Amino acid sequence: MRFVDEFRDPALARVVIREIETIAARMERGRERPFAVMEVCGGHTHAIFRYGLEGLLPDIIEFVHGPGCPVCVLPMGRVDDCVSIAERPEVIFATFGDAIRVPGSRKSLLTAKAEGADIRTVYSPLDALALACRNPDREVVFFGLGFETTMPSTALTIRRAAREGVGNFSIFCNHITIIPTLRALLETQDLGIDGFIGPGHVSMVIGTEPYRFIAEEFGKPMVVSGFEPLDLLQSLLMVLRQLESGVAKIENQYARVVPDTGNRAAMEAVAEVYEPRETFEWRGLGSIAHSGVRLRERYARFDAERRFAVPEISVGDPASCRCGEVLTGKLKPWGCPMFGTACTPETPLGALMVSSEGSCAAYYQYGGVRQPQFEGAA
Amino acid sequence: MNPHVRHLRRTLPATVTLAHGGGGSAMRDLIEGVFIAAFTDSDAPLEDQACFDLAALAAVGDRLAFTTDSFVVDPLFFPGGDIGTLAVCGTINDIAMGGAHPVALSCAMIVEEGLPVEILRRVAASMAETARAAGVPIVTGDTKVVARGACDKLFVTTTGIGVVRAGAHIGIGRARPGDIVLVNGLLGDHGAAILSARGDLALDSAIESDCAPLHGLVGVLLDAAPGTRSLRDATRGGVAAVLNELAEASGVGVRLRELDLPVRPEVVGFCEILGLDPLYLANEGKLVAVVPPEEAEAALAALRAHPLGREARAIGRIVETRPGRVVMETRFGGERIVDMLVGDQLPRIC
Amino acid sequence: MCLGIPGRIVAIVDEDAMLATVDVSGVRRAVDVVCVATPGRPLADLVGAWVLVHVGFAMSLIDEEEAAATLRVLAEIGEAEAELEAIRTGSVELPSPPVIPAAT
Repeated sequence: MRFVDEFRDPALARVVIREIETIAARMERGRERPFAVMEVCGGHTHAIFRYGLEGLLPDIIEFVHGPGCPVCVLPMGRVDDCVSIAERPEVIFATFGDAIRVPGSRKSLLTAKAEGADIRTVYSPLDALALACRNPDREVVFFGLGFETTMPSTALTIRRAAREGVGNFSIFCNHITIIPTLRALLETQDLGIDGFIGPGHVSMVIGTEPYRFIAEEFGKPMVVSGFEPLDLLQSLLMVLRQLESGVAKIENQYARVVPDTGNRAAMEAVAEVYEPRETFEWRGLGSIAHSGVRLRERYARFDAERRFAVPEISVGDPASCRCGEVLTGKLKPWGCPMFGTACTPETPLGALMVSSEGSCAAYYQYGGVRQPQFEGAA
Repeated sequence: MNPHVRHLRRTLPATVTLAHGGGGSAMRDLIEGVFIAAFTDSDAPLEDQACFDLAALAAVGDRLAFTTDSFVVDPLFFPGGDIGTLAVCGTINDIAMGGAHPVALSCAMIVEEGLPVEILRRVAASMAETARAAGVPIVTGDTKVVARGACDKLFVTTTGIGVVRAGAHIGIGRARPGDIVLVNGLLGDHGAAILSARGDLALDSAIESDCAPLHGLVGVLLDAAPGTRSLRDATRGGVAAVLNELAEASGVGVRLRELDLPVRPEVVGFCEILGLDPLYLANEGKLVAVVPPEEAEAALAALRAHPLGREARAIGRIVETRPGRVVMETRFGGERIVDMLVGDQLPRIC
Repeated sequence: MCLGIPGRIVAIVDEDAMLATVDVSGVRRAVDVVCVATPGRPLADLVGAWVLVHVGFAMSLIDEEEAAATLRVLAEIGEAEAELEAIRTGSVELPSPPVIPAAT
């Protein structure tokens, strides 16, 4: 596949790894703890595990797996609301496959489906809109999930529905934004993170400008990265070079896809359809101001929350969960006493075990190679 | 023309109704007009069971193999096959994976009322054709009709018997360190074809199910590699599920090499779009064989000489380390654990 | 977050509805091209372009020159390394991948 295979070339990867080793060896002297680099995006976490990258890097470099998995950070109360909408007899509930198994406090969508709710897995919000057109006597609700990457797709679908006069289509909006979340993270006390690998596909929408505060206010380097293994290795190298030379700036490794100015048409659609919420609750991180969006008044008729009464009961994370500490790099997944015992992919307690992109689930499934207890835990 | 067809008292209606399951003449018409017409050339009276000559079976091998499988695929028809071909091949393959030569099949159908008779005819015809081409007759069967909603259009159960060749000792728990893991071709075609045929993902491709009876292939493999330890068809859960089961049952580790996994470009593209892993996609004409190292070369050559094994490949080996685990060397020389999935793979955005 | 995959626009499905067919390794799907279309230009201009597809939407035009530039940077790291290595040892061999000790 073009633009994919070239960035999976093992020979090139080896030279980048070699270069990383050389820099790491220079930087290691006199250092007591590893360099912690957070990959913000769950897609990056997935790629790191899929290609076994951690095991190829010097011990002095550590990936901290960030909060960028929209399924993982969805609080249980929102899942409960979505189940309650899906269970209405007139509703066809359409969702990305990722959300099907996420547990609410009572049940997941998968269980609701087994009990009779009409729940369909779709690839695109456009397919949900097509479902609405094919089923004019039903209410089709799409589970709007994801960061800025996915937001334009639902915004454009709503615009399409408005233009085509589709009256039986709405969105249960759980979109979240990355910038307030990164700020909240950076404001955490004792944040053990030295640099960031930035989310490539979010950035193709919002551009690289919004990240400036990370370098300017917090003095941390960030490199916006593609999703192939060579992209990640090169981005890591760029972060290390910044750290070594003591500078902090925002760089763009993924220029083939990410224009520094982002995508204007996408941003316009998002601004037209959505407005920020005062606050939004994240699983594992608590409430973060302005980190979620909802539909504007103008598009209220496409808002499932206004269309159907939802319980909106907040459900706290289980007390034993230490996802927040894992997310901020203070605790490794296998350092959590619940990991692999009470909390497994079949019965996830915490946010990070929920989706295959959650760092705990990824460790559990693919097996991080540096964790001593892993074999016993799984 | 089959003589039974001439005996039909009435032509069949366009759709199946509960009357066709009631035990009366409507049921007889359906069974004779659809199934008997397709499955048999004889006009001997119908019995409730098929009988086999034990001496003839004993001449082929020294043990009887017996298996059953139910098929509930949606859609009923898909590129490369249908529920009928699947039901015949699936059960033949389950027999063959024990090192057995399949002898005969049964066919039980559960039909939802309202199903067009034409659909039943098409399924019966493709079952008959597949069975005939495989040389494995369908010798007995049953039909039930259930109320609308009690099943989804059509469920098919096939049971098979076969005779295990003398000297073959094949089992999921018999793999040993040093053994070589082979597959007979490209992975993931069936799973991708079915997901794509369902239409709700709106993806177009030329991917077809690999549905095929593998007993002939197993025959040539066992001739070339009589010491073959384990054989499994990589159906639901794909190659990943088979190897995990094997690692656990044999108390060994399995090491795969990502670069050696044969997957066609369309299936790679399909998986990239939906975030799926071809190792977990179902196959219906692919087997995983574990052979001792000294027979590996002969086994691979034999597989490749057969039409169903042209793309055969060695994909990994059995090791002592990490018993119970399947570990894949990524194309980077990194490694990752290939675990069992909790449930189905679902298309993802993340 | 945000699975995206490069594909090539091979046909325009519906100019008014802003839908085009994208091909990813022989798998095709209709995608929304609002975010990659140039206002005032016919969609047909997009045929042949490589785009990054996410959930049925073409979200970015892939810049082929930038892709080549990124690969060039990587190749240069390799060349620089090879030179250093050659100076150091007189050979230009790449290291084999590290062996990860198996857990017991």
